Amino acid sequence: MSSPNPSPPPTIPVLGPGHNYASITDKISDIVLQFRAPIRWFLGFVVGFTLLQGLLLAIYMLLFKGVGVWGINIPVGWGFDIINFVWWIGIGHAGTLISAILLLFRQQWRTSINRAAEAMTLFAVACALLFPIFHTGRPWLAAYWLLPYPNTMGVWPQFRSPLIWDVFAVSTYGTVSALFWFTGLIPDLATMRDRARTRVGQVIYGALALGWRGSARHWQIYETAYLILAGLSTPLVLSVHTVVSFDFAVSLLPGWHATIFPPYFVAGAIYSGFAMVLTLLIPMRSIYGLQDMITLRHLENMAKIMLVTGLIVFYGYMMEAFFAWYSANEFEKYMIYNRTTGPYWYMYWTLIFCNGFVPQLLWFKRIRLNVGILFLISIIVNIGMWLERYVIIVTSLHRDFLPSSWGMYQGSRYDWSFYLGTMGLFLTLFYLFIRVLPMIAMFEMRMLLPGGGNTPKDSH
Amino acid sequence: MADTLLYGLMAEFTSTDALVSAAERVHQEGYTRIDALTPIPVHGLAEAMGYDDRRIQKMILAGGLFGCAAGLGLQLHVNLIGWNINIGGVYLSGYPLNVGGRPLVSLPAFIIPTFELTILFAALTAVIGTLALCGFPEPYHPVFNVKRFRERGSTDGMFLCVEAEDPKFDAAKTRDFLKGLGARGVYDVEP
Repeated sequence: MSSPNPSPPPTIPVLGPGHNYASITDKISDIVLQFRAPIRWFLGFVVGFTLLQGLLLAIYMLLFKGVGVWGINIPVGWGFDIINFVWWIGIGHAGTLISAILLLFRQQWRTSINRAAEAMTLFAVACALLFPIFHTGRPWLAAYWLLPYPNTMGVWPQFRSPLIWDVFAVSTYGTVSALFWFTGLIPDLATMRDRARTRVGQVIYGALALGWRGSARHWQIYETAYLILAGLSTPLVLSVHTVVSFDFAVSLLPGWHATIFPPYFVAGAIYSGFAMVLTLLIPMRSIYGLQDMITLRHLENMAKIMLVTGLIVFYGYMMEAFFAWYSANEFEKYMIYNRTTGPYWYMYWTLIFCNGFVPQLLWFKRIRLNVGILFLISIIVNIGMWLERYVIIVTSLHRDFLPSSWGMYQGSRYDWSFYLGTMGLFLTLFYLFIRVLPMIAMFEMRMLLPGGGNTPKDSH
Repeated sequence: MADTLLYGLMAEFTSTDALVSAAERVHQEGYTRIDALTPIPVHGLAEAMGYDDRRIQKMILAGGLFGCAAGLGLQLHVNLIGWNINIGGVYLSGYPLNVGGRPLVSLPAFIIPTFELTILFAALTAVIGTLALCGFPEPYHPVFNVKRFRERGSTDGMFLCVEAEDPKFDAAKTRDFLKGLGARGVYDVEP
């Protein structure tokens, strides 16, 4: 008991002082059960819900007129649909990293942010899925184009195609993320059931809690299953963006056909995902006064992960340029020349500014602990990661192999409406989530308290 | 059989340590139908009562292996079975595609759907298996008849429940025994 702690004590704790089981439970469940929504919640929700109307308009126009309302053309056949798909899927990755990988590494600081980050993953995957489904133009036929099922036409998908791999990877990712999220929620739903004041709340939370009563035998099964789910999600999340990068890397197009794509895409996904977690949680902890649960330590650690993954991404950019020169391949050389000095040069250099230079600020502890600057950096990184996909997709496509097939690309108003609309969908879902479900995992927060969860005989 | 008016007795303890040692004592005393109810997972608690359930691991392994076989099997079937199989109106024929002379069985390409389905089925088994082993969804359970448990059981209460079905159960003796273990209170659980 009195043996010295082998690790140096962290400067900022992961949980503010003066908490016990009841105070943690009260604070988190009261956000949903007691407080009337603060005015700033309504502001956020209204912004999201307004943007969401743009999505409905864009979908209506798309279905009514066809994909011609988008800015895509030949040679740029992939535009906003795939840019936004990759951007959203990437954002989702941080949620799984926090909930699964940091769980396996026994990082205590994941505890107060995992629930919200997992919710973010789910909503980001939902937004991402809209793009491949709607880019088919006739989404009601997408089932037979995408999914393998015995049909009267006797045809099956082409399993050698990265696009079909993508269907398997993303649908598995979405399903497993939802399962993982719901499993983590069950004990907290039981708490909500027991604390709900209204009959409607008791019935809904009670039904969702499935009868959870905290039995030791159930906890034993539950914890094993949860840990194995984390172990399954870890290779899964790494595979998802790897497969997304195969959509490009398996092709023969200069700018896409690169072996560095899988690791560089996975790092970029985690990088953008942590930026989005910061974008969401910095306002959230201020609206609900959660500074003692989502502490500066959490923000600082997320900033550190952003710095590391940002450096990997920047290395990826440098390697693209290096191999364009080193390969001595005319088309590769032209690709990077065109990227840096061609018609989209400003996008490339903005991207380098956002993802190459701005994250270097995170080397400084004072900046990592400055919430305002961190929020600003997170927005810049989100923009940078969107530009990255824009640059990779558009600049590689718009200069085809023959100058006679060169073209230019610009998103149409419905492209923008669709894109901003998915942001609306994302914000709407996230704001509804924090209104109806505990945004911090209560039972895991209780385990952070001394003595919680571990008996002296069996301390891990 | 003991008291039929009771589902059992529920004792409340003030800390996880007290609960674990009480659970150990109750188990050593020879009670078999016991359960502990806590708002947090307490490592060593189920083991202290002699419960060591390791079925979920095996179920997940089986689910993963099934997903692996199903994923690879699907792709082999689609690429190898060129003839028509009609089972009650459902065509199970494959659709071998020869694009650019690539082998019909392109194992490197098939790894990815196989891997994803392995994970998918293992994860589905993990969740459905957990619910099945716990007996969920369970709309009614007698422990919720205890007001104190409803109020504190999912916040900070540590409870130990001995069922009346237990062959050693005797309402008066068991109550005294639980009190002797340092319980903060002992409550009747109505069926």
